[in-house]
Amino acid sequence: MVTIAEPIAKPASRFRYFLDRREVLGAIFVAPAILYVLLLVGVPFLLAVYYSVSAYTIYDPSWRFVGLANFRQIVSDPVFQETLGNTFVFTFGSQLLGLILGKFGAFLLLRPFPGHKIVRAVIILPWAVPIALATVAWEWMFDSLYSVINWTMITLGIITRSEAPNWLGNPHLAMLCVIVVNAWRFFPFAIVIFLAGITSVSQDIIDAATVDGAGFWRRNYQIILPIILPIVAVGLIFGIVFTFTDLSVVYLLTNGGPVNATSVLGFEGFQVGIVSGDVSHGAAISLFMLPVLLLVVVGMLRYIRRREIV
Amino acid sequence: MSAVLARDIVKKFPEVIAVNGITLAIPDGEFMVLLGPSGCGKTTFLRIICGLESQTSGDLIIDGNVVNDMPPRARGVAMMFQSYGLYPHYTVRNNIAFPLRTQHVPRAEIERKVDWASHLLGIEQLLDRRPRQLSGGERQRVALARALVREPTALLLDEPLSNLDAKLRASARQDIKQFQQRVGVTTIYVTHDQVEAMGMGDRIAVIDHGKVRQVGTPAEIYDEPADRFVATFVGTPPMNLLARNGVYLGFRPENFLPRDMIDDGAFTEFSFRVDRSEYLGSERIVYGVIEGFDPSQLITAKLPPAHVPEESIRPGQFHPFAVRNSALRYFNQDGKRASRH
Repeated sequence: MVTIAEPIAKPASRFRYFLDRREVLGAIFVAPAILYVLLLVGVPFLLAVYYSVSAYTIYDPSWRFVGLANFRQIVSDPVFQETLGNTFVFTFGSQLLGLILGKFGAFLLLRPFPGHKIVRAVIILPWAVPIALATVAWEWMFDSLYSVINWTMITLGIITRSEAPNWLGNPHLAMLCVIVVNAWRFFPFAIVIFLAGITSVSQDIIDAATVDGAGFWRRNYQIILPIILPIVAVGLIFGIVFTFTDLSVVYLLTNGGPVNATSVLGFEGFQVGIVSGDVSHGAAISLFMLPVLLLVVVGMLRYIRRREIV
Repeated sequence: MSAVLARDIVKKFPEVIAVNGITLAIPDGEFMVLLGPSGCGKTTFLRIICGLESQTSGDLIIDGNVVNDMPPRARGVAMMFQSYGLYPHYTVRNNIAFPLRTQHVPRAEIERKVDWASHLLGIEQLLDRRPRQLSGGERQRVALARALVREPTALLLDEPLSNLDAKLRASARQDIKQFQQRVGVTTIYVTHDQVEAMGMGDRIAVIDHGKVRQVGTPAEIYDEPADRFVATFVGTPPMNLLARNGVYLGFRPENFLPRDMIDDGAFTEFSFRVDRSEYLGSERIVYGVIEGFDPSQLITAKLPPAHVPEESIRPGQFHPFAVRNSALRYFNQDGKRASRH
C-alpha cells in the first residue's frame, strides 16, 4: 500500500515574503531619495521660512517671531529694489543673448563640415569649465588696465587709449559684462536644446516648406521655430530658474559692484545673510525669489501644455 | 508641349550614382507614374524635378524654361510627401494658404483659392482643425489641397498612399485619379507598388538602377515588356522565364494553361510538374517545374479555379500545359527584348 505523507501543517510566517510585496519594496527603494529631499531641501527651506519671520542674527540667535517685518524692511530698502531690478535684467538679458547664440550655434553645427566633431566638443566647453576658472579668464579680459578687448581695439585704431572703456567700473558696462559671461555659460545648453528640437522636425515638413516657396527666414521663423517652441520653452524654464537664483558670476566677476549695479537676489541674500550675519533679512531676500519663479514656471508650463494639446 | 522635360539627368552621390541618365518627356495633363523597386532612384529624380536636390548633369525644362539653377519656389511645381509634411502648428486653412502667402498673394485671393481647393477635395468642414486632429485620409486630402492651391505646372507625388491602410488605399487611389482628371494637372507619381502604377498611370516609366527601362502605357508595359527586368518586376506573379541556349522565353502565368483549355490557334506545349497550388478564391496559383528545363526555375500558372478540373493540376505529377504562341516573349542574353527565338 502506498502511503502519501500528510503535509506537516506549518503556518507560513507572515514576514517570510515581506520584501516581495511591491508596495513594501517600492517604499524602501524610494525612501533614500525622499529622505534626501526632506533633509537637504525641505528642512533648509522651512528653516529659511522661519528665519525670514524671526529676528535671528548670528550675533543674537533669538527665534523671536516678528511677522512680516523683515519683508517690509527689505522691500522699502532702495538697495533691494535695485537688486530686484538687476536680477530681472541679468536673467532675461543673459537668457535672450544665450538663446540667440544657441540658435545660431545650432544652425552652424547642423550641417556637417570638416572638423565639426571637434567644434562640437569645443563649443560645449563653457558649460564644462569650472565657473571660477572661466570667470578669472573673463575678469582678465575686462580688466581696467590689461583688458585684451581694449588692447585689441586700441591696436586696430578703433579707440584711443584714453577712450578705453572701464568694463567692470562702469555700472552699465559691468551689467553687460555679467550678462555676457552668463550667456556664454548658458549658450552651449541652448545649442543642445535647439539641436534636439531642430533634428526632431520631420525632413518632409522642411522640404514641403521649401517647395511651398518658403526661403531660409520664413522656413525658420514660421515653420521650424514654432514647432520646436515647446522644447525651447522647457530649456528656457531651466535657464531662467538657474540664472535667477545664481550668484556665482556676479560674486566672482564684480562682487555686486560698482555700487550694487550688478547685485542680484542670490548675491544680496548671501551678502546680508551669510557675510553680514543678518540671517533673517538674508532669508527674506532669498525667499523673495520663490513667488517670482513660481509665476514664471507655472505660466510657461501652462503655455507648453496648451500648445501640445491643440 | 511637354510640361516637364528631363534630358539626360545624372545625380551622383559620393557613394552611389542614384540617377544615371534619365531622359523623360511628360506632356501637359499627363498622369505619369515612376515605378521601380526601392533605392532605384525614382524619389531622387522627383526631388531633382522639384529642386530639393540638384542634378550633377543634365537639363531640366519645366513649362518651357530651363530650371537647372532655379530654387524650388521659382519652378512652379508642387510636391506632396510620403508623410504629407503638414505643418503641425497651423490649422488646415493656414496649411493650405501657406504656399500662397509665400508668393505674397493678396488676402482676398488667398481666401478664394483656399475655398476652391478645400471644396475640390471635400475638406471644407476641416479648415479650422489642426493636422493632428485629422485621420490619415483627411491628412492626405489636406496635403493635396495645399499642393494644388498654387495651380502648379506639375504636381509631384512621392508614394502618397504608403501611409494609409490597405482599405483606404484603394479608395484614395480612386480619389487621386478622379480629381487629377477633373483638374487636368500634369502629375508625376512615384511608387514601388505596381497596382497603383497600373491602375492610375496614363503612362508608366519603369526605373531600375537610376535608368529608365521602359516608358509606356500600362498595357504596353505589361504585354510588351522591353526587357527581363520589366517583365519580372511588373505582374504578380511575375512573368515566367525559361533559359535555353542563352536566350530567354517568357510568358505570363495567366497564359500558362492546361492544354485542354486552349482550343484554337498555334500553341507551344510543355510538360509541367505541379509541386503545390494555392487557392486564392478568384484564382488558383500553381507552382511547379517544366520538364527539360532548369529544375531550379520555378514556374507559376495563374488559373481560373472554376474551369480547371482537379485532376489536371494534381501535385507530384506531370501534366500537359501550353502557351499560345502569341503570348510568348523572347529576350536576348543581355536581357533585351528579341523579336523571335
